[in-house]
Amino acid sequence: MYVYDEFDRAFLAERVAEFRDQVGRRLSGALSEDEFKPLRLMNGVYLQLHAYMLRIAIPYGTLNSDQLRRMAHVARRYDRGYGHFTTRQNIQFNWIKLEELPEAMAALAEVGVHGIQTSGNCIRNVTTDQWAGATPEECDDPRLWAEILRQYSTLHPEFTYLPRKFKIAITAADHDRAATKVHDIGLRLHRNDQGELGFEVLVGGGLGRTPFVGKHIRPFLPVRDLLSYVEAIMRVYNQYGRRDNIYKARIKILVHEIGAEEFSKAVEAEFAATRDGALRLTDEMIEEIRGRFLYPDFEPLDDQPAALVEALKDPLFATWHRNSVHKHKIPGYSIVTISLKPIGAPPGDATADQMDLIADLADDYGFREIRVGHEQNLCLPNVASKDLPELWRRLDAAGLATPNVNHISDIIACPGLDYCALANARAIPVAQEIAKRFSDLDRSRGIGRLHINISGCINACGHHHVGHIGILGVEKNGQEFYQITLGGRADEQAQLGTLLGPAVPYEQVPSLIEDVVDTYMELRAGPHELFIDTVTRLGVEPFKERVYAAH
Amino acid sequence: MPLIENGKLIEDRFIRVSDDEALPEGVAVLIGIDRFLKEAEMLKGRKAPVGVIWPNNRPIAEIAPYLGQLSLIALVFPIFRDGRAYSQARLLRERLGWRGPLRATGNVLRDQFLLMERSGFDQIDAVKEADAEAFDEAVHRYTVFYQPATDERPSLLRQRLGRTVSGVR
Repeated sequence: MYVYDEFDRAFLAERVAEFRDQVGRRLSGALSEDEFKPLRLMNGVYLQLHAYMLRIAIPYGTLNSDQLRRMAHVARRYDRGYGHFTTRQNIQFNWIKLEELPEAMAALAEVGVHGIQTSGNCIRNVTTDQWAGATPEECDDPRLWAEILRQYSTLHPEFTYLPRKFKIAITAADHDRAATKVHDIGLRLHRNDQGELGFEVLVGGGLGRTPFVGKHIRPFLPVRDLLSYVEAIMRVYNQYGRRDNIYKARIKILVHEIGAEEFSKAVEAEFAATRDGALRLTDEMIEEIRGRFLYPDFEPLDDQPAALVEALKDPLFATWHRNSVHKHKIPGYSIVTISLKPIGAPPGDATADQMDLIADLADDYGFREIRVGHEQNLCLPNVASKDLPELWRRLDAAGLATPNVNHISDIIACPGLDYCALANARAIPVAQEIAKRFSDLDRSRGIGRLHINISGCINACGHHHVGHIGILGVEKNGQEFYQITLGGRADEQAQLGTLLGPAVPYEQVPSLIEDVVDTYMELRAGPHELFIDTVTRLGVEPFKERVYAAH
Repeated sequence: MPLIENGKLIEDRFIRVSDDEALPEGVAVLIGIDRFLKEAEMLKGRKAPVGVIWPNNRPIAEIAPYLGQLSLIALVFPIFRDGRAYSQARLLRERLGWRGPLRATGNVLRDQFLLMERSGFDQIDAVKEADAEAFDEAVHRYTVFYQPATDERPSLLRQRLGRTVSGVR
């Protein structure tokens, strides 16, 4: 965990005071809604379909139990008793009153939590691998570098009014759990032949109405140059990014229009002028921040403890263990994913009671630490393997042990028309219907790893372009229709899905998805070929023929 | 509109002159870029100060050859969400070495004063009277700064390390 000190706490208090003043000026009429909007957005405050929404940052997805408990308190005291975890490693509250927002924010600030830069045309919450610091795969803890970027970008005087929002993601593992290739800047931390740490830099990835996979602009950036290089990218973008058309203002359009090579040249020229300046990171600076990350006091433990071996004889526990538990870098410990996708519930929702329980479980079994992943699930990254059976029993009793992680019912979905002012179609009920169709555990296990992503509009908050199966809601003549794409993925082999065929009406979506899955089951090379690999091998045509013959 | 310089309300001694008006003799003038570029040679002989309004969509590096004959540079925020001039200001101060007055004009609200100050502006043309009065409060709202910028405030990292390395903020 990163530990905030008195400076960080003072900053948060000052930020809340500023927002309180801005709300006061809005209520008195000194600020027009036009003027207030960018200011509230930069504090995570949206005006949604029914009410103001507060989006709270969870920097690089890391929370401690006190922070999660405080979120439960906000859910209970200021909202309707639950919160919604999103694909941005954050949580949203949908029903907070404007007048009560400063109070809710002050309560959160006391535990170091805030909504700063979770919206607005600024550098957003930097996201990373939810297994950071725990997985044996990584070459360094990516959160350290995310924290360096968080500090750099917080209330940046030059980059707070960019052409559009700006998202940075970091991975330090070969398997990319941070979707770095579909971010404005994607950073892959790795070691070069000399064993030095550096970043591969991608730029101009993103989803939304014009999706792109990021372009490589640098194979190896020494870590000490991280901030000067990011600043060079931001400065080129701030000056030359389009501002005439909101839909063409993202950096991906600039990179696409001038070409990655030209863009890279401009960045390198800017970088050459600043690389040895104030932003260059020294070992001392890096170590100062690294030293603020406290790691659990791991003990030497048995990797196959008797309690676990015994519990695995229970098929229910064994099923959950197979899906939700992953290898930790320390023997005797495990990484546990908590599915927020119980069959038939809105993906990513957690009640205040569930949040409190998960905070308790983190205290009892997980060194007080909780993570949020972009798949809208939570994670306890440091659990002693001997405690897994007890942890499972307590999760199960609270409806939090659905063994569907990475399965077809582990669906990513945006809030859709039920909540969002931008949406054209519902997303949550579609996810619920599909999950019900595949609620049989043996069936979903037989299907294997399969990611469905659903967005209720072209803005793609549900990341439908990179779902193995992507579902996009569109509106035609006042009715909800859905376009289906196949073959997208957000990992290290990121690619955008291919459109299957004409959009289908709401009622037909679940059976169409069943047809797609049945087709896969028939066409796959064997039980070990994943859905995504079958689609990559065969293309969408065979699926199209089968599915549209039936509809 | 109230003009603030280094925290104090001041009288604007520059007169804005549009492109089709004759330049008044002996007074400081602030003119648009088209006129300035067209008349730059002739303006060298002028006895009174000349300032230019540099638009936010034109590379600021192009101003470099003219810095010696300018007494004021005004950058533009056509709407307050348009932040191009922040980059122009930093480049002027840090790359091009401009030490003269740098003015923020356009839709300038108190919520930006601190960012402007940190990006190198020392003059602010505020839209609202109440905002100008709140200048002091607006620029002293924060005691913690997470990144180095054009001003002299040390970044949090430097503060924590407890010292300022010479030449590095």
